[in-house]
Order: sequence, then structure tokens, then C-alpha cells
Amino acid sequence: MPDDIDRKVIELIAQKKKLDPATVTLDSTFEQLGVDSLDAADLLFTFEDDFKIVVPDEVATSMKNVRQVVDGVRQLLATRAEAG
Amino acid sequence: MRRVAVTGLGAVSALGVGVPAFWDGLTAGRSGVRRITAFDPSAYLVQVAAEVPSFDPTAHFDTAQSDLLDRFAQFALVAADEACRGAGLELTDTERSRAGVAIGSGLGGAATQDESYRKLYAQGLTRTHPFTIPRIMSNAAASHVSMRFGLRGPTLSLATACAAAAHAVGEAAEMIRAGRADVMLAGGAEAPVVPGVVRGWEAMRVLAPAPGGDPSRACRPFSRDRLGMVLGEGAGIVVLESWERAAARGAPILAELAGYAATSDAGHITQPGIESPARAIALALDQARLTPPDIDYVNAHGTGTRLNDSTETTIIKRAFGPAASRLAISATKAMHGHAMGASAALELIATVLAIRHGIVPPTINYAEPDPECDLDYVPNQARDMPIRAAVSNSFAFGGLNAVLVVRGV
Repeated sequence: MPDDIDRKVIELIAQKKKLDPATVTLDSTFEQLGVDSLDAADLLFTFEDDFKIVVPDEVATSMKNVRQVVDGVRQLLATRAEAG
Repeated sequence: MRRVAVTGLGAVSALGVGVPAFWDGLTAGRSGVRRITAFDPSAYLVQVAAEVPSFDPTAHFDTAQSDLLDRFAQFALVAADEACRGAGLELTDTERSRAGVAIGSGLGGAATQDESYRKLYAQGLTRTHPFTIPRIMSNAAASHVSMRFGLRGPTLSLATACAAAAHAVGEAAEMIRAGRADVMLAGGAEAPVVPGVVRGWEAMRVLAPAPGGDPSRACRPFSRDRLGMVLGEGAGIVVLESWERAAARGAPILAELAGYAATSDAGHITQPGIESPARAIALALDQARLTPPDIDYVNAHGTGTRLNDSTETTIIKRAFGPAASRLAISATKAMHGHAMGASAALELIATVLAIRHGIVPPTINYAEPDPECDLDYVPNQARDMPIRAAVSNSFAFGGLNAVLVVRGV
């Protein structure tokens, strides 16, 4: 079942790329969604703003599909919660 | 068409002030990348840059002059002085009306802009200094150089990002070829190491952090473990003259600016193309009446980003065909940083000196071969070899490509 983070990430990507959110799945790759390197930097900036996280470059470079974004965001949120 | 001679060189870079410091650093494989000193970078993700070390404006200008000069224009004037001295350039009043300037700069007076905005928005001031605009404007460097030497021919500033100096030198050479000028001071100047600009580059996620806290290893062009580019600053200025004029006055002809071509990708605002850059190389070789086997050295655009270096390798293979595998290729940005609008001028100077001395500066910090970058990048050690002719590549954001061809004399 998709949770809030899944939904929010998909919503943000769909908004940015002017896509119907229903067509974006966890398995959609950046390539399939037409997300190039500049779009990716733009999206990361949006995720950082929206989730109040900082995405380090090494995490950012591992994000090539929606699931990797969601996993990355989830981990960073958990780290932030621990750091309190 | 008239031929174009290079008769003077001037450089201000992270390797020091002056061409000797620049060339010593390049051949020694020394990195000019250090922790940022222009501001406290502690809160920044990227804390290193290739800044000009211990540049003291008072050594070059009195306060009445320097008050009007942003750092990028100061660099340009110091480099232009050196280039004109080296060329032994003495122009009569009539000659000065047929001499001009072309200087590239991506940003113009970035430090002045950053500082004045900080005063307005952070400190809440309601006035900026009356010299703010004359210092910021992109043509300030070119105008000050024309004023310093009394050059009253065509003066231009070009703002084509990372290729600005190559466009400036190339277009200046075209003016001489076309007979619109006899002498041109051409090159680029940039001083982008200011908070707002560094933050902007950070956000694009193309800057290399300093691995293990060692800034000198940050930029690793063509190496599999490359992590990105490093911002630099400085200026490079060359004196270009019509061949007849230079020969008639017994000028020190250092090399021939034999070819230039500019093309555009008309594709993506940041991702490099392949076809148009390769075509720029081919067109520049055509103008120089050279073919791929005539070229011994390529000074690469070589920024050290994942995408640039693999794409440039493909571009070089496309343009040079089978001759690509015998080229010596190096990316000097690992040493002088990516000085944006000044880069191509510094790289042209490196190329001219490589030909004159028969030494190819190395690509430093090269640690591991990358299957996507499988040419000879002259790793880590300078190489002694005769160079008949060389190519300098510049491929800017915005898909703007400029290629210069230099021939030895």
C-alpha cells in the first residue's frame, strides 16, 4: 500500500513534469519520466524543501527511479528523527 | 584571408600571478585548489575552489583605480599588462585606432553584485555605492583594458559562459583575418568565488567535494572516480596580431592562431551534445587547413563531471576518427579550476606553451581508467613530446561550442 511519502514524491514529480500522477509508479525510472540531470537537481531541491531534509550528493546519484527516491527520502527522514 | 599570430601571453590563475607561475604549476602537476578564503565556507557543502592565491590589488592599482574595478576586471588588467609587455607592443596613435579588445566573462562583477545585494537584503540598507554598476557590468574588463592601452578599434565582451574566452579569442582572430583590426587583446576574466554563485553551483550538484579533506584531489577529470568540477577564477589575455604586422616589427611570434569555429547544440540548456561540438572541431581544423593526423595535443574542456568527460571522449572520437587514439589529451582544469569565462584563455595559453616547450601538461588526480573515457589523457605526469599543432576545446552550458586550433612556428 502506498503511504504518504510515496504519494507525496509521486505528486511532486508529476507536478514538475506535468504528468498525470496515476501514470507514475514506484517502478517508473527517471528516463521513462523524461527526468534529465537538470530536472533531477530541480526535483531534489523540491524534495529537500518539502520534506525538510538535505539530500547528500552520494544519495542523490543513486536515485534513478521513483522507488529509490522514496527509499532515500524515508531514510533521510528517519535519520533526521533520530538526530531529533 | 590574413594569418593571425599570437605574440603575447598574460595569465592570472590559481597557480599564481603571471605566466611563469602558471606554466611552472602546470608542468609540475600542481593543484591550485584549496579551501575557500574569499568567505567562510564552513556552512557550505562544497568548501574548495581554485582561487588566485594572495592577490594583492594594491600591488597593481592605486585606490582611485581599484575602487572602480571588481576583482574580475583587476585580473584582466594584470593579465593584459603582462601580455603587452611580452609582445613588446608599442602602438602609434593611428595603430591604436585599428586595435581592439575582446574579453569573455560569464558573470562580470560577481563579488560586487553579491556584496551590494547583501547590503540591501541582509543589512537592510537602501543605497548602493555609485560605482556598483560600472563594476558589475560584463564589459567592464574589456573597457578598462581598452582604456589602459588607448585601443580605439572594436571592443567586445562575450558572455558565453564556459566558452566565453574561446569565443572572444576566436572572434578577435576573425576580425584580424577580415581586416577590421590589426591587433586584438583577447581572452577572458572571471571571479565567481562568492557566496551566491557558489550556492548556485552547489545546487546543480556538479561541484566536487574535497575527498578526505584534501582539496588538491577534488577535481579528477577522465578518472573513473571523478566527482565533479571545481570553481576557479583568474584571467588569461593574449595579444593577437596580423601575421604581416607581427613579422614586420620583429615581434616574438609564439604560435599561429590557425583555426576557430563555433557551433551550437540547439538542444539542452546544460547537457552537452555530441554532433555540434564534433562539427566545431572539424570546422576549426578546416579553417587551419589541417586534418586529424596533423594534431598532436588536445587541451580538453575536461571539467571533471561524470557527463562532460565521457561525452567529450565521444566527441573527440567522432571528430578525429582513428587519429583519436594517438592524441595526447589533457584537462588542465584539475590544476587551475574551472575559471568559467576565463577558462578557455588559460587553456589556450597552456596550449601555446605546450607547443613552444614540447611539453604536455598532465591530467592530475587520474586514479582509475574509466571504460567510457578510453583515450590517452596524459595521467599525472607532464610528457615531453614535439607538438606540431593542437586543439583547445570549450563547450559551454547553453550548448555553445568553441574550438581553437594553434599551430607551432
